[in-house]
Amino acid sequence: MNSELRGKAWKYGDDVDTDVIIPARYLNTSDPAELARHCMEDIDASFASKVSNGDIIVAGKNFGCGSSREHAPIAIKASGASAVVARSFARIFYRNAFNMGLPIFEAPEAVDGIEAGDRLAVDMEKGILRNETKGREYRFTPIPPFMQELVAAGGLLNYIAIRKKGT
Amino acid sequence: MAMTLTEKILARHAGRTSVSPGELILAKVDLALGNDVTSPIAIQAFRSLGVPEVFDRERVALVPDHFAPNKDIRSAEQVKMMREFAREYGIVNYFEVGRMGIEHVLLPDEGLVVPGDLVIGADSHTCTYGALCAFSTGVGSTDLAAAMVSGEVWLKVPDTLRIVLSGRPGKWVEGKDVILHIIGEIGVDGALYQAMEYAGDGIAHLPMAWRFTVSNMAIEAGAKNGIFPFDAATKRYADARAKRRYEVVAADPGARYAGELSVDLAALEPVVAFPHLPGNTKPLSQVGNVPVDQVVVGSCTNGRIEDLRGAAEVLRGRKVHDGVRMIVFPATQEIYLQAMREGLMEVFVTAGAAFSTPTCGPCLGGHMGILAKGERAIATTNRNFVGRMGHPESEVYLANPVVAAASAVLGRIGGPDEL
Ligand code: SF4
Repeated sequence: MNSELRGKAWKYGDDVDTDVIIPARYLNTSDPAELARHCMEDIDASFASKVSNGDIIVAGKNFGCGSSREHAPIAIKASGASAVVARSFARIFYRNAFNMGLPIFEAPEAVDGIEAGDRLAVDMEKGILRNETKGREYRFTPIPPFMQELVAAGGLLNYIAIRKKGT
Repeated sequence: MAMTLTEKILARHAGRTSVSPGELILAKVDLALGNDVTSPIAIQAFRSLGVPEVFDRERVALVPDHFAPNKDIRSAEQVKMMREFAREYGIVNYFEVGRMGIEHVLLPDEGLVVPGDLVIGADSHTCTYGALCAFSTGVGSTDLAAAMVSGEVWLKVPDTLRIVLSGRPGKWVEGKDVILHIIGEIGVDGALYQAMEYAGDGIAHLPMAWRFTVSNMAIEAGAKNGIFPFDAATKRYADARAKRRYEVVAADPGARYAGELSVDLAALEPVVAFPHLPGNTKPLSQVGNVPVDQVVVGSCTNGRIEDLRGAAEVLRGRKVHDGVRMIVFPATQEIYLQAMREGLMEVFVTAGAAFSTPTCGPCLGGHMGILAKGERAIATTNRNFVGRMGHPESEVYLANPVVAAASAVLGRIGGPDEL
């Protein structure tokens, strides 16, 4: 798998909650494409239309707090964003993100040094985040191989299905 | 490397010699739990994978308790889905109405959770089994589906907060007061992501029933789990009930803790949590005049036989106040039968309280005791969020069973000493 992610940064603050990531009024569907159209709508109306494949959401502490809805990471992933880097994540969002195949990283120092629009490259395997715009490099605890496989498989259920088949 | 209790159990289940906080691990589960709210989603996910069987027919537990006995057609459909799944896949531990109880009281009492276990459940109060010196935590429905297939779960190793209990609790102070006091001190996110590990000679004064109450509410402090060390009381409980062999685990001397909190049990008085957060606590003496419309004794927090005994003792020879409805929910059929044998049921009914079959019932605003607009309840449950027991403009106060029973007689929040 390609363990490097590249894209530009979308920067947000602390306590971005799941109601902002995907407002409850859109929860009558679980279609990823539909959810993606409303991703981050209540904090940044331009996000869904302007985000490019590979872009990375960068945020402060407690990202994903609030409800346990699995729709939040689904919406982010379907929007084209490749990862979320934050100072910290709410516990259930953290689980759900990996389970839905969305890689997320806790890298507090990197968050401080990133501005909206900076070009970022993340090496998931080595645990290195490069801010190419600012020419700086940060290290974070890399995710272990099985979590990388889980992300590569597209989420927990696919990962399990693949392993069960022994492929 | 010296490890905390939680780290040690996680390391064992991950097949590692050690783990440290922040690490992500893949661990074997000893039991995976679902209820009538969360298992339908997990069952659909499980079926979508087309696997022929669950990882172990004896290590999946399905308990319809939230809206069972079926509250309405939708609940009936959900439970039916669980029942059919259980039959089709030969799930041994499916608990039908008449043989069931509230999951977090039922599973340890049935000996399905044993010391040293790693248990996950698609229910946030799965942390209850920490009382047995097991690691247990709440997860999502997708996690449950995955665990039913693979018998594994991925976990992030939490930091551990050490809570040292000392002294002997005074009269009317119970496990509920210990945990409400702690949540009041550290706040509802005071142990976010963390394991709460209890230590100190005060633990000897906490019977198992109280420890279950304390571990049950770890999530109300934001924690991943709340765990007690193994001691003589744990051994007695486990030896009488365990359906599997167990291995005793202890924290290593020199283990690293992210923080420490001391609680002098002797200095506590009964604690009441005001709406709308479990951390919004006051000692009973400072509650003031708070009239109540309803009193609920039960739930996975305080629906054990010891809780019923305490409440019945207060009610014996007394009557529930004219303006109050009191509802008592034993947590399991076993407890129900025991309450009958000990004559507790008669005490409750004679006092003018309703005595119900086991169910989560009003704890989550499900059924059997929903509050109307503007009504106020005191309950032995674990959450008092806005609308938790009914109308968004109703109120829930949390307390221990003897305070709840005394309040039922007084018609306002108060303790047994006021009777
Ligand atoms: S009794 Fe209440 S808290 Fe416990 S499992 Fe049932 S609904 Fe949840």
